Amino acid sequence: MLSSFWSFWVQAIVIGSMVGCGLLILYTSKGQRKDETTDQTTGHSYDGIEELDNPLPRWWVFMFWGTIVYGFGYLLVYGLANFDGIGKVTVDGEEVTWTATNQWKAEVQAFDEKVAPLYAEYLATPVAELAKNEAALQTGQRLFKSYCAVCHGSNAMGAQGFPNLTDHDWLYGGEADTIKQTIMYGRQGAMPAWGAALGDEGVKDMAQYVRSLSGLEHDAEAAEKAAPKYQQLCVACHGAEGKGMQLVGAPNLTDEIWLYGGSTKQIETTLRYGRAGKMPAQAEILGEEKVHVLSAYVYSLSQDK
Amino acid sequence: MKHETIEKNLPLMVVMIVIALSWAGLAEIVPLFFDKNTQQPAEGLKPLTALQVEGRDIYMREGCAVCHTQMVRPFRAETERYGPPSTSGEHVYEHPFLWGSKRTGPDLVGGRYSDEWHRAHLYNPRDVVPESVMPSYPWLFENKVDGRTTPRKLEALRMVGVPYTDADIEGAKEAVDGVTEIEALVAYLQQLGTVVTKR
Repeated sequence: MLSSFWSFWVQAIVIGSMVGCGLLILYTSKGQRKDETTDQTTGHSYDGIEELDNPLPRWWVFMFWGTIVYGFGYLLVYGLANFDGIGKVTVDGEEVTWTATNQWKAEVQAFDEKVAPLYAEYLATPVAELAKNEAALQTGQRLFKSYCAVCHGSNAMGAQGFPNLTDHDWLYGGEADTIKQTIMYGRQGAMPAWGAALGDEGVKDMAQYVRSLSGLEHDAEAAEKAAPKYQQLCVACHGAEGKGMQLVGAPNLTDEIWLYGGSTKQIETTLRYGRAGKMPAQAEILGEEKVHVLSAYVYSLSQDK
Repeated sequence: MKHETIEKNLPLMVVMIVIALSWAGLAEIVPLFFDKNTQQPAEGLKPLTALQVEGRDIYMREGCAVCHTQMVRPFRAETERYGPPSTSGEHVYEHPFLWGSKRTGPDLVGGRYSDEWHRAHLYNPRDVVPESVMPSYPWLFENKVDGRTTPRKLEALRMVGVPYTDADIEGAKEAVDGVTEIEALVAYLQQLGTVVTKR
């Protein structure tokens, strides 16, 4: 809200300018001939070409007047400084003065009201069951493209460092409720950096051991050297056989899926510097209704149809 | 005054043009300097940290504002995607503000994606968003922030009203020295639009 001085300032300048424009039209039209053309010139001649002094076409002048009249109408509806216009929108069930913010609130509320029963119905359906509802999945897909595709890709197949959601491999578990948990509250991966503890040689040996777990080509001798270290340092999260643990989001090292790449170099980097993949929590941003529908969509991606 | 007089006298015409062009600003801009809404910080607004200030300078240097705005407009379709609309109180510590007006890329709101994602995306946007037309910024990963000028930047900002303490300014060099540019930029990006999170 502007102070009354500045409000008056704005109103005076705006109204004054509009009236001024009107006066300018009157002033400059003065003395012009009533008939459409004239032989009179402005006296301005160049290379024998003379400038005629015709009045503006009448429709043109009327357009000037029209814009001024339209301007006053506009101000009457939308207001000017502290003068509230007569325009109204409905916010919280009440008629309130038009402002950009009120119009936005009205739009949001009208839409939310329309979709509320639908979301309520979806929310009352368990995620796994909702994943069979085609209409809900369509909504889910749109939500996914708006909010999730930036990291997980528009086809949900992920990228390096961002999990593929269409395979059957899950860091934190692929049950319907676990997926919802993940989206609602986020996840924070925590692969520690082992560079200092293992040393350069140790990291290289361990990478060979890790490759041996999934049957990739590896240096058997180096892998053997690292095996005792694995049982000592890595076993707590990745398990004795390297099958991983979904409780802490430790990946299975025996399959062919590599979130950060499975080449020797990539594994060495992961070992040396650690990884901290983060899934941001969506509960605050999206709210439970949308997360619920999204969960159904994500769950459906890995279900065999 | 005859039109011809103005047309044939350049300085006079310049003055008249300036008056004509800035006339609307008298009503549209000048009152904002005295309006509480634009002068009072939003609740919870803190000055940028030294690292974020350096990130902001990189943001300016790389011209991010050419394709991205930091301003979420009050339209339903946009607030669905980006969160609550921006308010003037969020920007009172910015000199100059970097709202931008061209929306080739999305409006920038922090906290939506992980730092990891921002790094991967700035290194090569197509690694994570195959459809992206954004340029890559690999040099940010090699360049180091030069902390020598950071305290002076904070002092300059304090002079125009950002409430930095002496301790902030003293610690500024240490806070950023040797940090890669990407870290500074991501720190800056992650705080954008995070003061007002509720509608």
